[in-house]
Amino acid sequence: MTTKVINTGALAPKKKKGFFRTLGGQYQLMIMSVPMLLYVLLFNYAPMWGWIIAFQEYKPELGLLGSKWVGWKNFEFLFSKQDFLLSIRNTFAMSLINLVFGTVSAILLALLLNEVRNRTFKRSVQTITYLPHFLSMVIVVGMAQNIFASNGSANDLLIGLGLVKEPVFFLGTGEYFWWLVGVINVWKEVGWGTIIYIAAMTSIDPSLYEAAAIDGAGRFQRILHVTLPGIKSTFMVLLIMNIGHLMEAGFEIQYLMRNGMVQKYSDTIDIMSLLYSFGSRPQYGRGVAAGMFKSIVGIVLLLGANKIAKVMDEETLI
Amino acid sequence: MTTATIKPKNKIKRDRVFPIVNTCILILLCFITLYPVLNTVAYSFNDGMDALRGGIGIWPRKFSPDAYTSILNDPATYKAFGISVSKAVLTTLLNLFWTSMLAYALSRKEYVLRKFITIILVLTMYVNAGLIPNYLLVGKFLGLRNSYWVYIIPTMFSCFNMIVIRTYIGGLPDALVESAKIDGAGDLRAFFQIILPLCLPVLATVALFVAVGAWNSWFDTYLYNGSKKDLYSLQYLLKMKLATTQNQANAAQSSADALAATAASRVAPITVRAAITVVSAVPILVVYPFLQKYFVTGMALGSVKG
Repeated sequence: MTTKVINTGALAPKKKKGFFRTLGGQYQLMIMSVPMLLYVLLFNYAPMWGWIIAFQEYKPELGLLGSKWVGWKNFEFLFSKQDFLLSIRNTFAMSLINLVFGTVSAILLALLLNEVRNRTFKRSVQTITYLPHFLSMVIVVGMAQNIFASNGSANDLLIGLGLVKEPVFFLGTGEYFWWLVGVINVWKEVGWGTIIYIAAMTSIDPSLYEAAAIDGAGRFQRILHVTLPGIKSTFMVLLIMNIGHLMEAGFEIQYLMRNGMVQKYSDTIDIMSLLYSFGSRPQYGRGVAAGMFKSIVGIVLLLGANKIAKVMDEETLI
Repeated sequence: MTTATIKPKNKIKRDRVFPIVNTCILILLCFITLYPVLNTVAYSFNDGMDALRGGIGIWPRKFSPDAYTSILNDPATYKAFGISVSKAVLTTLLNLFWTSMLAYALSRKEYVLRKFITIILVLTMYVNAGLIPNYLLVGKFLGLRNSYWVYIIPTMFSCFNMIVIRTYIGGLPDALVESAKIDGAGDLRAFFQIILPLCLPVLATVALFVAVGAWNSWFDTYLYNGSKKDLYSLQYLLKMKLATTQNQANAAQSSADALAATAASRVAPITVRAAITVVSAVPILVVYPFLQKYFVTGMALGSVKG
């Protein structure tokens, strides 16, 4: 920190000042930034004290310091329970499906849009495909429940095409749950996901395409050898960022779509944390332990991904 | 782009087929995107009894405005609409004010706390204390349970939005601030009089993100204001309808019970749910196309450089 300050002082044209003198001169910048810093410390960092609940048999009336300490008991409980282990599996499975489906579909759509020459048509497609991003998960799940109901449009289509004879019970079959969540997420986010790839594609030097065309490359070869390499760095940055978020399978969609028949596949770590804490017999300690486990694995994944990025000489996040 | 280049014959043929195939794929995709929306609108205008049979596409089979009459006659709808609008507006204004000011401060390279504050803020995108500790802080420690302010106070900052604005400010010529300072203006004045007016496009983007986020949230109501009917938001109302219809569907696979219940009330939860969905989606559908040109550049800037 201090070395940094001396550096900026030395680079500035004015005469050297001490750290606090400089800071004093920047009181207006402090007025603009310190309130939000304190706000973030309160709302994002202070709650981390709550992690000590994971080592307690927390009772709200006894408070954070008065509750009984139980050591690792909450964690031992979680890892001895099959439903918690399943929730780890579900979290990873759904976020992996989201990551793969989401990335592949966004890149594919961006490639298709990039080939459209008619600007009005391109813009219309973009306007329409961005739209679901702005709809709330409650709305989206409501729509999905209509479409995938036993007498809904999805079954009408499948029966109409002769692919199935009896309606498929999409919403009540555990094995379908992950894929349903994946499909709904793609529907909601595919258009939005293209924005960043299209931005990367428009920044590719057009002379590269011309050179490739002169060398006899067809449309698909140009996509393969010019467009895809052109978006590689964007892809890598997003991939690293997403690996850091691999423990975030989303919460709302699973919570809104879950029911007794799909529990084994729908319940993520977040949902388990909620159920432990606000169940009929609240066990805050277990809920916090589940959340803490998730956060720590998330941090490890982020640091790991960041390290790999550094080794591969890509842009790092922190 | 490549019209001037010479291509082998088979390539020319392929190049004619591709745009047609591409257009067809994209049109199909637009249809798939819009279908669930149209389907919901169709359900909302359909007769309740008839809707339980399912099989409705993009046009109501038996038209009836009953679902809308029922929600528009319910004072709870207006109350929730008011809560949703006011929390979206208030959150957006406060968020923009604080976030843009912070973004300006962190865009000034000479600011000695710049790096320190930035790291602390960026980490919030990845590290989260989790549900219960946040709940205890907001609900218990700050005492915001059963209060309107729980919608506003905990949602005033988003690091992603800050980065989007900061990147935009970073793209403005540095001379703007420099010359203002030579004229004797401080950073506050330079920001409010010179930088802020130039930031309108990016502020429109961020305003859209924040407003949509506030409008769409329901979990805050569920967690903190679940027992306070006066403070229900529109999305929470919808969420509760979702739960009732789903339970019905699960309890009565044959939907015989649901039929009986609907016959008594003349409106089915499924059409009411569709109607609330439409009501809560309309404000977004109306506003967002106008802001599209702003958010596309804003998103691309913030994400690539962030």
